[in-house]
Amino acid sequence: MMATTQSDHAAGTMLRSHARAGAVAPTRIRPRHVFKRLLLYLVLLAFAAYFLMPIYVLVLTALKPFSDVNTATMWQLPTPPTLDAFAAAWNAVGGSFLNSVAIVVPATLLATLLGAVNGYVFAKWRFPGSELVFRLVLFGMFLPYQGLLIPLVLTLRQLGLFGTIPGLIVTHAILGIPITALLFRSFFAAVPDELLEAAKLDGCGFFRIFRYLMLPLAPPTIAVVLLWQFTAVWNDFILAVVILNNPQSAPITVAVQNLAGSTSVEWNVQMAAALIAALPTIVVYLLLGKLFMRGLLTGALKG
Amino acid sequence: MTRDHWLGLLVLSPSLIAVGIFVYVFIGWSVYVSTIDWSGFVPDYTFKWLDNYWQVATDPRFLTDLRNLVLFSVVFIGQCIVIGFILAVLLNRHIKGEGIFRTIYILPFAVSLVVTGVSWHWLMDPTTGINLLLRAIGLGAIQPSWYLSQSWGIVAVATANSWQMCGYVMAIYLAGLRNIPTELVEAARMDGAGPFTIYRRVIIPLLAPVTVTALLLTGMVSVKTFDLVVTMTGGGPGFATDVLGLNMYQLAFQANLYSQSAAVAVIMMMIAGLVLVPYVMNNRRLKRTGLG
Repeated sequence: MMATTQSDHAAGTMLRSHARAGAVAPTRIRPRHVFKRLLLYLVLLAFAAYFLMPIYVLVLTALKPFSDVNTATMWQLPTPPTLDAFAAAWNAVGGSFLNSVAIVVPATLLATLLGAVNGYVFAKWRFPGSELVFRLVLFGMFLPYQGLLIPLVLTLRQLGLFGTIPGLIVTHAILGIPITALLFRSFFAAVPDELLEAAKLDGCGFFRIFRYLMLPLAPPTIAVVLLWQFTAVWNDFILAVVILNNPQSAPITVAVQNLAGSTSVEWNVQMAAALIAALPTIVVYLLLGKLFMRGLLTGALKG
Repeated sequence: MTRDHWLGLLVLSPSLIAVGIFVYVFIGWSVYVSTIDWSGFVPDYTFKWLDNYWQVATDPRFLTDLRNLVLFSVVFIGQCIVIGFILAVLLNRHIKGEGIFRTIYILPFAVSLVVTGVSWHWLMDPTTGINLLLRAIGLGAIQPSWYLSQSWGIVAVATANSWQMCGYVMAIYLAGLRNIPTELVEAARMDGAGPFTIYRRVIIPLLAPVTVTALLLTGMVSVKTFDLVVTMTGGGPGFATDVLGLNMYQLAFQANLYSQSAAVAVIMMMIAGLVLVPYVMNNRRLKRTGLG
């Protein structure tokens, strides 16, 4: 313990003396410093290339005509680029894309509405045991869905919802409650209690406070929750493949997987289909990146 | 409890009932199914104690799953934490265009795992993709078989998954770094601490709650893994890249062995519980990370 402390101290002194040596000519640009910055940017660019590579490959291949698709020429540019693969892909998965829209919109709205009300109660109308109840709800957020699948299928069958779009919507809306309630609760908890007390003195009750005090403050949070839920539902695969595995009503993730699994479909078409599936969430992320980040951080830890 | 508190509880109750059924009743139901003899279209309600667990656990496939869970977790969590932390530290150094870099690094997280699987399936195809690049830059001697490897296939899947989550981990580390009071770092510097000492003695310990959160989130992904395995490998070659999630799915929905499938599901929940329960029940930690 002592030894490490001393060597750390020695290292610190060494680095400091470096700094002093550099300070001898403060007006000159230090080549060492420039080199280090350059290296820093090169590393950042290399990582950027790494993170973009799989998307680049999708775009590159999806723009190729069938004759260009060849394992030996994967990285070569298409000659010339064509949208044929996209047309073929849309033929194959276009219907599923629309199914996804039909699932995502109501599932997102429902989960957001329920989350807003629940978060409001958990934050501002605490009852004996409400903390424990909230934590029990939160637990649902982390649960491996595999633990629910068999009873879920049995229940939906009983209700006549198995294999239907409404069945998947209901499932997403309910399983979305934990995260949406968490996001809204964090936000509503930050609204000062004095504001509530003032509203109560003015004769406002439970609903009027929600409607006229809380909701007008909440649009940024609503946007974050909508975005978060939209992404989660659009990208879901496991619930869809279990509940809604018939080609007519399956969402896009299932359709892309079926396409990718089939050996008769060329991979320029597979990749075009994958891009079509990825496009909505990528576009939303690029347009509303800040909100996306906020959801990400509230979901994990409050900034 | 005022009238309004009761009203709140009333408004809350439909959601509580729904979550109660979809989470807690279903968990209990899965546990029940795992103790009966349901191995066909029609359930047989004979109570079988832990027979299904024994059946499942003595199947070599299950042992492969456990091995793959360990391997996947180590590689996936390791890559996410190490790369995520490094990226956050690098981006925290007054980078021009920080927003652009950040956007690019997090972009994969917006993409579905199915899309990730399609792309990485081809990138890691031994005859093309990355191996083609390696040959082109004169590293033709290095030609991994990636997900087709009998023993290391799951490492390829874990790598593709960490491609998607690194940016997320970076984002929470970056937020954590920016929450560290500059005075603390300054004070350490004044005391003569060099950059490495500052990281080791000041910054990394202060980021411990962030690291715990990152471990939890990536740990849960490891336990649940399903989508990416289905798209990239289908569990093959043979069962080389099989995971608990795929095993559970195929037992129930392809083989109709519902009771055995439920046993796998319960085991998965227990593993998830090992990761999760200490975290959720720890009041102080919840407060610190804002979940409480």
